[in-house]
Amino acid sequence: MTNSPPLQDHPILETARRQVLEQGIGLAREQLLDVLRLPDEALPALLELAHQVRLRHCGEEVEVEGIISIKTGGCPEDCHFCSQSGLFDSPVRGVWLDIAELVKAAKETAATGATEFCIVAAVRGPDIKLMNQVKFAIDRIKQEVDINIACSLGMLTRRQVDQLAGWGVHRYNHNLETARSFFPQVVTTHTYEERLETCAMVKDAGMELCCGALIGMGETLEQRAELAAQLAALEPHEVPLNFLNPRPGTPLQEQPVMDGKDALRAIAAFRLAMPGTVLRYAGGRELTLGDLGTRDGLLGGINAVIVGNYLTTLGRPATADLNLLVDLNMPIKELQKTL
Amino acid sequence: MNTQDLLTPPETAYCELCGLPLQPLSLPVDGPKAEKDDGGDAPPSYHHARCADLLQLEPPRFCASCGRRLRVQVSPLGWWANCSRHGLHAS
Repeated sequence: MTNSPPLQDHPILETARRQVLEQGIGLAREQLLDVLRLPDEALPALLELAHQVRLRHCGEEVEVEGIISIKTGGCPEDCHFCSQSGLFDSPVRGVWLDIAELVKAAKETAATGATEFCIVAAVRGPDIKLMNQVKFAIDRIKQEVDINIACSLGMLTRRQVDQLAGWGVHRYNHNLETARSFFPQVVTTHTYEERLETCAMVKDAGMELCCGALIGMGETLEQRAELAAQLAALEPHEVPLNFLNPRPGTPLQEQPVMDGKDALRAIAAFRLAMPGTVLRYAGGRELTLGDLGTRDGLLGGINAVIVGNYLTTLGRPATADLNLLVDLNMPIKELQKTL
Repeated sequence: MNTQDLLTPPETAYCELCGLPLQPLSLPVDGPKAEKDDGGDAPPSYHHARCADLLQLEPPRFCASCGRRLRVQVSPLGWWANCSRHGLHAS
């Protein structure tokens, strides 16, 4: 990241330095659009600025998490990017995970140095059967593994939010996925407002809100900026950033893989929108960014990773990411610092 | 998963990603394509080369022996896939 043009060559970068780096105030929607429109020659300077923002407002540590599906496939919703929808002709079949296997996976995840273990289900929202299974899983993991437990179980009722908080779930994931203006083109079986309701209840109950994005679904740069601003307005504790991995059988199966430089611009823009938020690498980075881009993102605003595999697809080997963090001299956040 | 449950991998006949046969079910021996002498269709291995690349980041989706769709569970550090006919395979 050397030989970058000076910040004054691009007024938005100088604005971001004063507003975000020095004052900790995230960029607004129109400013984020200016960032996303920066030319390639400004990308090194943009990533360097985003990295400085991350270091100043989040620190040098990286939060590591593992995720697992407790109930795979057969979802009644029609999220057009998702291979787990039961409405599409996807090769993914329905599977329920046994608790013993879940505990084993939590132990393996903790052994990597991860402090977060997220239990995910492909559902509209949890029924009593799933809630009971999750309760059992949480109890067993807490008995046997020293790791924070997060959940992602779709849309919740107030009672379910309170139950999860009471069981010790410290963080709940419920993504916005995309901008409000683009959402109806991606999901038709529920609304943006329903997603926001669950997010609001999670925060009200005192759980940390993990609310992420999936970019590269055909949204415009304006909509990408809109999404970053909408996420910032929610003030989530964590934003997992996914890049579309077009899944066979889904309506987005023919969508081209997102350009790597656009992905890096988006990473930096999200950091400049939310200077103090945990910004996590999530699915799709292997396709969109590859090894070199993964490194660039960690030096461009990212301060958390999902280690190893995803819910239905495989990720980089855990050792590859952990070794990269060592190379970059970025320590893994320890458990006691996350509580 | 008890490793004793793992079956010996069956003979590979189907692509584990797309589920199509690795060898064509019937090879055309005559007809318009043969008469034009255009070199013939690409070999089956060509069609599945991309599948092989994609399997770097995918668990198997179809049984290599019978082509049935697999029940697949992915975990942070591994995966298993179960065929109703040919049993369990794991990473």
